Amino acid sequence: MQAFQFDAVTLPPEAEAMRRRVRAFLAEERAAGHLSGRGSWSAFDPEFSRRAGAAGFIGVTWPREFGGHAQSFLVRYVVTEEMLAAGAPCGAHWVADRQSGPQILRHGSEAAKREILPRICAGECFFAIGMSEPDSGSDLAATRTRATRTEGGWLINGSKIWTSRAHRAHYLIALVRTGDAGEDRHGGLTQFIVDLGQPGVTVRPIRNLAGGHEFNEVFFKDYFVADDRMVGKEGQGWSMVTSELAFERSGPDRFLSDYQLLAELIDRVGKAPGERQAVEIGRLVAHLAALRRMSTAIAGMIESGRSPGVEAALVKDVGTNFERDLPEVARRIVAVEPSVDDDEDGFAAALADVELHAPSFTIRGGTREILRGMIARGLGLR
Amino acid sequence: MSSEISSILLDQADRLLAQHATRERLAEADEGGWPEALWQAVEAAGLPLALVAEEAGGAGLAAADGMRLLRRAGYHTVPLPLAETMLAAHLWAAAGGAVPEGPITLGPCNEADALTLERAGAGFTLRGRLHRVPWGEQAGHVLVHAVDAGGTAHLALLAHPRAGNALRRNLAREPRATLDLDGVGVAADAVREAPPLAAAGLLELGALARAQQMVGAMERCLDYGLTYANERKQFGRPIGKFQAVQHMLAIAAGHYAAAAAAADFAAQEWGSARFGFAVAVAKARAGEAAGAVAEAAHQVHGAMGFTQEHPLHFATRRLWSWRDEFGHEALWQERIGRQVCAAGGAALWPMLVGA
Repeated sequence: MQAFQFDAVTLPPEAEAMRRRVRAFLAEERAAGHLSGRGSWSAFDPEFSRRAGAAGFIGVTWPREFGGHAQSFLVRYVVTEEMLAAGAPCGAHWVADRQSGPQILRHGSEAAKREILPRICAGECFFAIGMSEPDSGSDLAATRTRATRTEGGWLINGSKIWTSRAHRAHYLIALVRTGDAGEDRHGGLTQFIVDLGQPGVTVRPIRNLAGGHEFNEVFFKDYFVADDRMVGKEGQGWSMVTSELAFERSGPDRFLSDYQLLAELIDRVGKAPGERQAVEIGRLVAHLAALRRMSTAIAGMIESGRSPGVEAALVKDVGTNFERDLPEVARRIVAVEPSVDDDEDGFAAALADVELHAPSFTIRGGTREILRGMIARGLGLR
Repeated sequence: MSSEISSILLDQADRLLAQHATRERLAEADEGGWPEALWQAVEAAGLPLALVAEEAGGAGLAAADGMRLLRRAGYHTVPLPLAETMLAAHLWAAAGGAVPEGPITLGPCNEADALTLERAGAGFTLRGRLHRVPWGEQAGHVLVHAVDAGGTAHLALLAHPRAGNALRRNLAREPRATLDLDGVGVAADAVREAPPLAAAGLLELGALARAQQMVGAMERCLDYGLTYANERKQFGRPIGKFQAVQHMLAIAAGHYAAAAAAADFAAQEWGSARFGFAVAVAKARAGEAAGAVAEAAHQVHGAMGFTQEHPLHFATRRLWSWRDEFGHEALWQERIGRQVCAAGGAALWPMLVGA
């Protein structure tokens, strides 16, 4: 079977050197009380992002002329996995660093690159994702938000939904319709950088089931966007969004969302676990070790210029199922009633947080059903 | 040996196994026959000595390449103690012994069995009994791990003691024999101090081999399943067009990929300080995947896959056996769990990344 390949990767010395730097940085953050030790990478903390940017942990692979650090994807991989494992609050800069910045770097105008990328690297400029719409979630080809030509640019009308952190981000990259879909339904889509501080765009909060305000609905009414804010060429949106999603799906954030809960579970169970506790924890760790191995292989593929579409979908499917499994195992082997406000029992609070957010793990960035369709196509099922 | 030569050797081995491990021979082995012609072909190609150093007359394959060879053997469901012979030959040569011709098996093969070694004149006497030794009846030699009164681990190479063996077969009808070695004498020159890799026993190496074989057999199951899903038509179209079938195979592919990654990890850690952890990860993850992949492969094949006529069962029956041999998932999971819990939550991440 030649459908996919996960070649073993040995992390180079510079990646391990970077690991030491990140750990030293995180130790200082912890000492200064900036890391709760809990919470997932999606926690939004602009001050943390600024310090991470100043320390050189954002835009790791980007060219120096745009504020980046010209390092390999394997070095970047180590930065992200160390941040995630520590439960560092990376939510403010995560999307910009992971996917928006790379899109602008590869397909953006010179003006956009010069204006935006250095600020992302400094941890001062945050992005949201403008893909889903009320009638277009998994089926992005059904995008209806439209941009029409006007003097010097375009006018956007329509709305986006499930836009995480749009109320705190500076920009989003919107996928909009600029022409006919064509027979394959993939034509006529274009991406634009939208400045969320400009008139013509309003953000309405949508509270999630955990009571949090993370995602939003974003409305455009005659929102003007200049020509040089187009990312890529007119009508190229589909292929760009596809490659952007490969970035979004491939990283360790797809199996480390609730890693902190595993570490807490181990401490809660204690040094002398019962047989069943040891078996269940061992099973989780075996899954995690395999996932990390698959994920480093993907970083190696990106580094060598290959596009790991099917592999990324596989890791996200297996990885997010692991994330969903973790709280279920935790509650099976430790008798604890999760509580949303128990400030005496950290484990009960951590479990509550993960249980309430777990449904999103297998939806965001592409539902597992969409991913399994992609995997099946990659396997050659016609 | 250079990686290029290793790749050529592996490709040759793959073709050889595909050519000689025919379904007629697999069926004969099912009936209890020893596939001598297949063994001759494998031995002539030098595969049993793949992991023996070139100076000692072997192919000198790197451990990771040797594990790739075992995957191919698993893929072709080779009904021979090839993994056992490769490991035994490697260990005996590493201990300074001269490797005999013919198939060699090894033991103990499970956590409950253990052998001790007593001084007896110029030689030694073994104490204990080994259960479910692969091809224990057919192999010419048995390499056993035994501990002496001082606690030192030894390897002893026995010309096969045939008497008094309870012969059993696993789900794939591969021979598994109980060897009563209590009181069996061993000459001094057939006993050597165990090399570090085998000091704690043979369970880890056996589990590593079974993990690789399972990855190969899972790949075979997926190949069968994908081919069948694209060929078999129902309701006017290939069943692979149905989302339910697609998702079943996608989930199975995820299990396979994770098992392969875990097995790669263990192969890479061969002999390192993390070897025990990595082997536990590999056997636990591959064993879990084996059940899931076999189930999906059968479901895709419908009644056809339940027949003796379709060759799917050569792979799935081995998966169901191999996942339980050299420790089932729970044994290895428990080992990981105890190690991780003893170290505490903060130590897990460095353990995972090895830094």
